[in-house]
Amino acid sequence: MSTPEGVTISRTGETGAFGGELLSVNFGPHHPSTHGVLRLIVDLDGEQVRSVKPVIGYLHTGIEKQMEALRWQQGVVVTDRHDYLSPPINNLAYALAVEWLLGIDVPPRAKALRVIMSELTRLSSHLVWMGTSGLELGAMSMLMYCFRERDTILDMNEEISGFRMHTSYIRPGGVMADATPRFLEMLDAFVRAMPGHVDEYEDLLTMNPIWRSRTIGIGKLSADDAKVLGATGPMLRGSGVAWDLRKAIPYSGYENYDFDVATSDLCDCYGRYLVRIKEMREAVKILRQALDKLPDGPVNVDDRKILPPPREELETSMEAVIHHFKLFTEGYSVPAGDVYVAVESGRGENGCYVVSDGTHKPRRVKFRSASFVNLQALERMALNHMIADLIAIIGTADAVLGDVDR
Amino acid sequence: MGVEALAESLGQNILTTTLGKLIGWGRGNSVWPAQFGLACCAIEMIATATAGVDIARFGSEAFRASPRQSDLMIVSGRVSQKMAPILRTVYDQMPEPKWVISMGACASTGGVFNNYALLQGVDKIVPVDVYIPGCPPRPEDLLNALMILQERIKAQGITPRQ
Repeated sequence: MSTPEGVTISRTGETGAFGGELLSVNFGPHHPSTHGVLRLIVDLDGEQVRSVKPVIGYLHTGIEKQMEALRWQQGVVVTDRHDYLSPPINNLAYALAVEWLLGIDVPPRAKALRVIMSELTRLSSHLVWMGTSGLELGAMSMLMYCFRERDTILDMNEEISGFRMHTSYIRPGGVMADATPRFLEMLDAFVRAMPGHVDEYEDLLTMNPIWRSRTIGIGKLSADDAKVLGATGPMLRGSGVAWDLRKAIPYSGYENYDFDVATSDLCDCYGRYLVRIKEMREAVKILRQALDKLPDGPVNVDDRKILPPPREELETSMEAVIHHFKLFTEGYSVPAGDVYVAVESGRGENGCYVVSDGTHKPRRVKFRSASFVNLQALERMALNHMIADLIAIIGTADAVLGDVDR
Repeated sequence: MGVEALAESLGQNILTTTLGKLIGWGRGNSVWPAQFGLACCAIEMIATATAGVDIARFGSEAFRASPRQSDLMIVSGRVSQKMAPILRTVYDQMPEPKWVISMGACASTGGVFNNYALLQGVDKIVPVDVYIPGCPPRPEDLLNALMILQERIKAQGITPRQ
């Protein structure tokens, strides 16, 4: 390539469209708009993005390795913490995998409670996404509105499990505890109020000229590109592909609920925003059905080898004491084998691959995290956009760095 | 005008104090945190800044994107070995006087993750003023830590750290 006179050649040997060299800019890991500790090395031609290289690992926690040192029932606590915006959904993927290996099926009430918790989590995850993305693109009041409803959801988490964020509510063999009457009341009130709140968010954003100009046409990702890059969740559905694991490979009784898969053909940041808004409405629909049809009965499998006996039994039954002692010293063993289970989290396919060698601890646990794979599409979306648009694009990718790095 | 006449004319319009107390009062009521989120606790840190809990009541709503403009680093979440040098750089870039709150079990001790990847307590690389237990702590816990820190800043006066 011949170089015009007086133009410096960049380290990659290219010259920019404006005749100058490409400028490499370091973006992060401590940057207020990267949703955590994401670091990007961006090559800029003037203000246009020519390449984006994500550098990850700044939140590497060794979660998968940690799981190998924990007993099967202890692992649940760690699954909460990798995608920290959707803990019950992570629990669910792990619990389903372990249950498959154990060959057990949980009672209908437990399944319904799992669906309720998953949908509440999807809502709170989308709310955090919308609040923080709105903040970054200049709609500051979004954060206040979104976190108001998120707090209501966290109050419900606290009511049902005793903890706001990392509930560890869904466990192999069932759920931690039955829903309290107060929880069901809170849920009912929430389901009644939430559609109005979603309208409120739409009033603030959907026709907002600033929001529209910052998102429409920004971060185009065609359906083919999205599929090739392995994008899932709102990233894929925002490109017009109706793929939702809740419909495609139903789990935990999702086939019994009537809901639509939200898609948008816009393929841009605005389309992904519309998908998330639609998903919030659908989540409320699922919650209403789950609440109305909530079956009675136990919330755990009746198997003393996997779950501890009720407290009152300990005082009367020697056998119960032995089971209790065995479970809390050695734990239970899972038959040798491996399984991959995927569930739909707020970000996409949240998979859990578990290998057991027949002992009381997992041999290997691998998470297929949606954020990590969705991050691949970042460069494709950001190419030839302005550097300022990169903020909107990182925002709609909705990568949780704990989920990326694990 | 004599001294007594002066005192009478000023009446109740004057307060006497020491410079240390005045500076401590000023610093304590405008602690600006650095916008430095790491993991789960960062979400609760954001929640502390929203309308429900409203950290603005304590003068700390101005989360600064630049460490050069901040007084307080809230280490909100687990610190990996890879992040540790960056965290220290951010801390070094903050102007004195500066304070550190270690938010949550991971930042304070490594929490449930006792493994190769995580720093087992952020106090190994930066001096910590207040530790908050919890995984993650509630927003109210963060407010409480801030109030403890404010009391300490007010008591420290003109020379915060020797």
